[in-house]
Amino acid sequence: MYSYSDFDARFVRDRVAVFREQVARRLDGSLTEDEFKPLRLMNGLYLQLHAYMLRVAIPYGTLNSRQMRQLAHIAERWDKGYGHFTTRQNIQFNWPKLCDVPDILDALADVEMHAIQTSGNCIRNVTADHFTGAAVDEIEDPRPTAELLRQWSTDHPEFSFLPRKFKIAITGSPNDRAVTKAHDIGLRMVRSADGLPGYEVMVGGGLGRTPMIGKVVRAFLPKGDLLPYLEAIMSVYNRKGRRDNKYKARIKILVHETGLDEIQAEIEAAFETIRAAFPGVDPALVAAIEAAFAPPVFDNTRSFALEAAVDADPLLRSWVETNVAEHKNPAYGIVTVSLKPVGGTPGDATADQMRVLADLAERYGHDELRVSHEQNIILPHVRRADVPALHAALRDAGLATANIGLITDIIACPGMDYCALATARSIPIAQEISQRFDDLKLEKDIGPLKIKISGCINACGHHHVGHIGILGLDRAGVENYQITLGGDGTESAAIGERVGPGFAADDLVPAIETLIDIYLDLREGPDETFLQVYRRLGIDPFRAGLYPQEVASHAA
Amino acid sequence: MARAFKPKIATANDLLEGDVVYFTQEGTWSRRHSDAEVAQTESAAALLLARAQGHPLKVVGPYLADVTLAGDGTPEPAHFREAFRTRGPSNYFHGKQAEPSDV
Repeated sequence: MYSYSDFDARFVRDRVAVFREQVARRLDGSLTEDEFKPLRLMNGLYLQLHAYMLRVAIPYGTLNSRQMRQLAHIAERWDKGYGHFTTRQNIQFNWPKLCDVPDILDALADVEMHAIQTSGNCIRNVTADHFTGAAVDEIEDPRPTAELLRQWSTDHPEFSFLPRKFKIAITGSPNDRAVTKAHDIGLRMVRSADGLPGYEVMVGGGLGRTPMIGKVVRAFLPKGDLLPYLEAIMSVYNRKGRRDNKYKARIKILVHETGLDEIQAEIEAAFETIRAAFPGVDPALVAAIEAAFAPPVFDNTRSFALEAAVDADPLLRSWVETNVAEHKNPAYGIVTVSLKPVGGTPGDATADQMRVLADLAERYGHDELRVSHEQNIILPHVRRADVPALHAALRDAGLATANIGLITDIIACPGMDYCALATARSIPIAQEISQRFDDLKLEKDIGPLKIKISGCINACGHHHVGHIGILGLDRAGVENYQITLGGDGTESAAIGERVGPGFAADDLVPAIETLIDIYLDLREGPDETFLQVYRRLGIDPFRAGLYPQEVASHAA
Repeated sequence: MARAFKPKIATANDLLEGDVVYFTQEGTWSRRHSDAEVAQTESAAALLLARAQGHPLKVVGPYLADVTLAGDGTPEPAHFREAFRTRGPSNYFHGKQAEPSDV
């Protein structure tokens, strides 16, 4: 894992000291709230519905056990004993007090963490495939690139006042687990005709009120050209992105309004100028970053302990089927720990659970943890022979839910239980769906299905790319939920289509059940997934099932 | 036609704790919705907000929220968002709902 250089450490400490002073000046009246607000936001501190909220960056979703333990400590000492892992691979603390925040930031700095650029119109925390360094389909671990982008973008003077926030996602695999096509810039590693690794560059993806799939502006970019090329994109956006209307300020609108050909030409022109003056990244720096992400020393001893244990323990078998993915080293597996217990809050972990995860990462996982945008925790490198012991320990901590990729592995934003922007709640909806489908015991039969819930149009819950997406709205003073179908956040990305008028909270779970019944009825076999059925038959059969009266009246 | 005026209260978040607070007749901030002063006319509401805005070292972001009045005149939140603010989140027993009601 990357360790802070002296520069990084001093930079983060200095920022905490400056913020400590800013808090003091707010409290003694030297700063008004209007003056203070942008300063606190630059340090990840929001004011939400019931309390302040501190959003802590987890660069490319990677943590070690020491950092996870410190998050547990923060949750316990300054919050209410838990943290919320988000779709941006961050963690949010929902109850900090203003005067404690500088101490929390110091505690984060102790373990090389911070909350910088988790808000504001800057380049935000770079997100990455949560299986990096372990995935069997990976060309190269993209985290050295992500770390380089972190260093390049942090406090970059040219990109501190962008028209709007800016999100970059990166994957080293052709199979996209990082939703790269729904980011301002998506980077997907590909090989050139002569086998060299580089990036496919996509621009102008995003969800929110105007969902768009990113457009490819470069099918292959050599790795060495990445920084000047990104600077070219950023400079075009910085100059031409709209600043007159917040809702039209993201780069996706610029790309859409300008047209792909023209924006491509502008980026390439800027790139030519910037590359000519670009001295290149110091090879020693690149080498040091790459060394920091060198794979662990794997133990290749062959063992059939897992196979034997699975035969003897149906619970373990069920969990391994859903929660353990293939690792590039056949002696290893990638373990996803579900933070979606039946009826629980998606993405929440208690301080005790965080400590258990830290201990297990240390004991069985080469001291590495990942946060996925799907709000789960990954132990990327676990020897298959250790999986039974790991599973037993997770079970004792209430962390052995066997549901990864299934209908109860729901993404949900905090919604109106916490968020000041929300128009409706999302957590209770996730809880009800999870409870209902666990009661039905149909989960495994239904198979791969992604439900994603947002409590407002800003789409933190990625509802547009859910196979079933749910959007909570305020309809004449009542919570109302719109359903979209057919969304997809992978390499075959698609924006879901709205199926019809929204549902009241009480009618929503029955509506989801209806959709599932229709799917089970229409599928050609247990291997045909919900998304495949949707793609084969379109929205009509689902619409007809959800709104039978409407269909009848059209027919009349 | 002008829309009928809805009674209003002034609410904000506490500067230090972030907790939801309500502006009272005495010109103080209370944690309890029932303590809020109610404005019954447009001009009273404007005045209420102006008074509530005079405490920048105590609260953040004061604004007016619609209420309905119970039989005894106690204000109750008109919108579900404001109702949630009087309680706290629905997934955990945290926030106001977990605090003694006489605070």
